Amino acid sequence: MYYIFDSVLDMLGTLVDTPVMEVSDLRMRYGDREVLSGVEFSAAPGEVVVLLGPNGAGKTTTIEILEGFRMRSGGDVRVLGVDPADGGEAWRARLGVVLQSWRDHSKWRVRELLAHLGAYYAAFSTPDKRRPWVIDELLEVVGLTAAAGSVIGRLSGGQRRRLDVAIGIVGRPDLLFLDEPTVGFDPEARRDFHDLIHRMTDLDSTTVLLTTHDLDEAEKLADRILILAKGRIVASGSADELSRQVAGEAEVRWTQDGRRFVHSDVDATKFVRELFQQHGAAVGDLEVRRASLEETYMKLVREAEGS
Amino acid sequence: MSRLIRIGLRRGLIELRHTVTNVSDIFGYLFPVALLLGWLYLSRDDDVPGSEVSLGAYSLVSSLALMLVISGLTSTAQYLTMDREDGTLLRAKATPNGMTGYLIGKIVLVAGVMVITCVVTLAPGALMVDGLRFDVDTWVTLLWLTPLIMLALLPAGAVLGSFFQSARGAAILMLPVIALTAISGVFYAHSVLPGWVQGVSKVFPMYWMGSGLRSAFLPGEPEQRLAVAAVLGLWAVIGLALAPRILRRMARRESGSLVAARRERAMARVI
Repeated sequence: MYYIFDSVLDMLGTLVDTPVMEVSDLRMRYGDREVLSGVEFSAAPGEVVVLLGPNGAGKTTTIEILEGFRMRSGGDVRVLGVDPADGGEAWRARLGVVLQSWRDHSKWRVRELLAHLGAYYAAFSTPDKRRPWVIDELLEVVGLTAAAGSVIGRLSGGQRRRLDVAIGIVGRPDLLFLDEPTVGFDPEARRDFHDLIHRMTDLDSTTVLLTTHDLDEAEKLADRILILAKGRIVASGSADELSRQVAGEAEVRWTQDGRRFVHSDVDATKFVRELFQQHGAAVGDLEVRRASLEETYMKLVREAEGS
Repeated sequence: MSRLIRIGLRRGLIELRHTVTNVSDIFGYLFPVALLLGWLYLSRDDDVPGSEVSLGAYSLVSSLALMLVISGLTSTAQYLTMDREDGTLLRAKATPNGMTGYLIGKIVLVAGVMVITCVVTLAPGALMVDGLRFDVDTWVTLLWLTPLIMLALLPAGAVLGSFFQSARGAAILMLPVIALTAISGVFYAHSVLPGWVQGVSKVFPMYWMGSGLRSAFLPGEPEQRLAVAAVLGLWAVIGLALAPRILRRMARRESGSLVAARRERAMARVI
């Protein structure tokens, strides 16, 4: 009941709220090297935005600037309406950051650490968002109930990563940052993690910004994909929109009288309709393929790097 | 604010519990104590040359100073570098008021470890050596001296720790600390050292800690409590003025990619 009420409130909020993140002309220089040269994007409440890009494109730099961990060289950034460079503790309390873990707090036990870190958020509860997350519920959500009493240093890689996510969301953030969250996951852990992100955005309508190398992951999670190359956003849209934007044509394959045919067409639906009108039952093994996100991505990145 | 202080205190107590139930940590605390007690046992019948004070009692009290420096200054520096290296500090930074909680926790932890070290050194030591004084004055002196020692050492340790990129680097601090201890009259009478060495050692807190502690526990020790309080107080003031600024600067620079870079360096060392 509570969740329904909460999500109705959040939906109403979505209609009137300003963007959760607004970035314009973001620039970052390290000495002579310009890593970010005019990044622009915004994110609406409840949106899952995935930042894709090759190594060294500036993904981590971008996310660290938004988290308030790194000073930018120029441009305008608003996160939850505040410039991250002057974000205070109340602002920080509305953010969740899933760090790449290593071995911090290795002597602590899972529940002990979550309860401790959660306690900092209690002062930042609001009438419609009680902080922190009830620890037992949180453990259940991330699938760590059985490991609640385990010493963190002895967790498996997958469990440790779940704990990192749990720490990131213990304060029930309005905005969650995830930097390459599934590096080193096996396929099962990866699927669990994707379920968890879906559950979070459904339950709490949290806005999520995550970076990844994994195109499959981007396609599964993203409401919107931003492709970052050479310090700029070179494309933005859902996986579908991106492939339409780039490829324009779809590939149609079929067999007829034992022979294989391949044809590329902008309007594949129309082509297939005509194909059946002409040849009817003689057509077999029909397959229509839009450019995959991978092809789209490679093309966009190559174009950006070539320019 | 009081809620935040409670969170910090609880953090410190949890970390204290972790460290006193960790076998390798316990070994780390007890090993120097065992060496010291062994040495006290061997020298229990000797006197300090030219005085009535037994060498054992002298060494025991002076060694307390060394133990306090190791647990107060060196381990503060090492905790700090370790916490930077493994991402604990970044975690604190990503939490609202996390840095304040972290610092309160660390002060509780270090103070706790210092008290425990003192007790495990003093209790068996006092049974083994003769000539220690335990009267009202001893406790009164300890009551003002111990907090002052902590205030002088902790911020200084934090400042030193921020200069090192890795916990291994911070371990180098042991060398100057032991060298300074050696010239501070801890293992033998200060007066036998050349004058300029005596002068140098009087700049640092070890000499004054040793002197203060001896005045609390040894009969007939020259009283220079005002100077002890003044020098240790000066160290505390300088440390407390510098530490928050330097820690803030260090924390501001902390980011995920920095932690990742350090992790890679540390991994490369392991391989």
